Amino acid sequence: MNGIHVLSPGPLTTVQDLGRPGLASVGVGPSGAADRGSLRLANRLVGNPEDAAALELTYGGLRIRFDAAATIALTGAPCPGVAMNGPVHVAAGQELAVGIPSEGLRTYLAVRGGIDVPEVLGSRSTDVLAGIGPAVLETGMRLPIGSPGKDFPNVDLAPPTGLGPAVLRVLPGPRDDWFVPDALASLTESAYVVTKDSNRVGVRLDGPELKRRVSGELPSEGAVCGALQVPPDGRPILFLADHPVTGGYPVIAVVADADLDRAGQLRAGDGVRFCM
Amino acid sequence: MIQIRAAGSSALLVCLDEAEQVTGLYLELRADPPEGLIDAIPAAETVMVVFDPARTESAALRRRLEDAAARADKYEAAADQGLDQGPDQGPVVTIPVVYDGPDLADIASRTALSVEEVVRRHAAGEYVVAFCGFAPGFGYLTGLDPALRLPRRSVPRTRIPAGSVAVADRFASVYPSSSPGGWHLLGRTTTVMWDVERQPPALLTPGTRVRFEQAAER
Repeated sequence: MNGIHVLSPGPLTTVQDLGRPGLASVGVGPSGAADRGSLRLANRLVGNPEDAAALELTYGGLRIRFDAAATIALTGAPCPGVAMNGPVHVAAGQELAVGIPSEGLRTYLAVRGGIDVPEVLGSRSTDVLAGIGPAVLETGMRLPIGSPGKDFPNVDLAPPTGLGPAVLRVLPGPRDDWFVPDALASLTESAYVVTKDSNRVGVRLDGPELKRRVSGELPSEGAVCGALQVPPDGRPILFLADHPVTGGYPVIAVVADADLDRAGQLRAGDGVRFCM
Repeated sequence: MIQIRAAGSSALLVCLDEAEQVTGLYLELRADPPEGLIDAIPAAETVMVVFDPARTESAALRRRLEDAAARADKYEAAADQGLDQGPDQGPVVTIPVVYDGPDLADIASRTALSVEEVVRRHAAGEYVVAFCGFAPGFGYLTGLDPALRLPRRSVPRTRIPAGSVAVADRFASVYPSSSPGGWHLLGRTTTVMWDVERQPPALLTPGTRVRFEQAAER
């Protein structure tokens, strides 16, 4: 069989594509790659459509063996032991061991032809909150590779841009009026730190408390990627791809779409700043 | 009056006064989707409208949403006159229920009704799915008899079986898959609420009308 044999999955490796948008009204969230730009790039580097399914590694650590010769590309958080940001040919039977990234959190591994697991509701993404989509990678699992498309890889190396400092632009609202007047200033003038409770659902942040003006309960409302939802303890949670479809805590501000991929690379201990 | 708030660079939160307006606006957006619409997420008093900024502008979309909300007012008017008068009625789903839930006696004592009366009132209701959330396929049904309104259990259960028929606050629902939960359990159904192999996977989608029917013990 033309596929990948999982020798060790690392801390968390899932299959991801661009997710399943448009199903929130039946309770299914968008899911998909947390750093979509890196997924798209990895796919382009191997001549796949940008929305093909690839592997999303969390803190690297993946070891796999290829049954047949393949063309692969790794993007996102840079890992030792492998060539990043360019197509790489691997031979039949070859093993690949990905180290732990020096910065960033999520590394994408695209294979020419795409990871060909069955679609669930139009996507091959694993939604870790809803439990929808392919199983999380485990030792001994085999992943089929699809047939390559007609396009060939036409780039040798994408210029590595580096992650840069985590400064995320935010737009106030929709519930900034639930907070004291200087809460937005606290958010944008303070340093926040990513805590270890973070995952594909959300990035939990520690820092100055964002104080509420309105007590009481907010009726649940629809949630979006990038929302900074603030529970009663005043520490914001930044929603990522597997966020709940609705939330009951007020959202003080939302990270701009252009900075969501950077948010998807935040790891525990990282400092974050928000700006308007 | 509706209020539209920005929610980042690609979503608008439409705030409404009544649950019926939420369902109305959602059905309007489904029937005639504005250019660039990606998702519309109805909730208790709001509809979150997610759009593709490459295909529409926020200002143009705001105008479309105001128009759609004005048209949606007719749903609220219809709701005041009873379900069957509603325009563009959603599909009707009948769910058979065995009323043997662990909370029946507790509901009866807290509402000062007999168990038979609790069951009768729950089964007599004409419900509409206002929105989904909590878990895939979990619908929040409006139309619950006001006498059956109870706050959620103070201590949620860690596991509630799929198919459990439940009430909390002003809503009725059926747990689509086994999960933790704090609603009061009246009974159970064998109707499959959620199946990813089915199209659509959720039996209850916003706007669907629901009736519960007492089924014989089995």
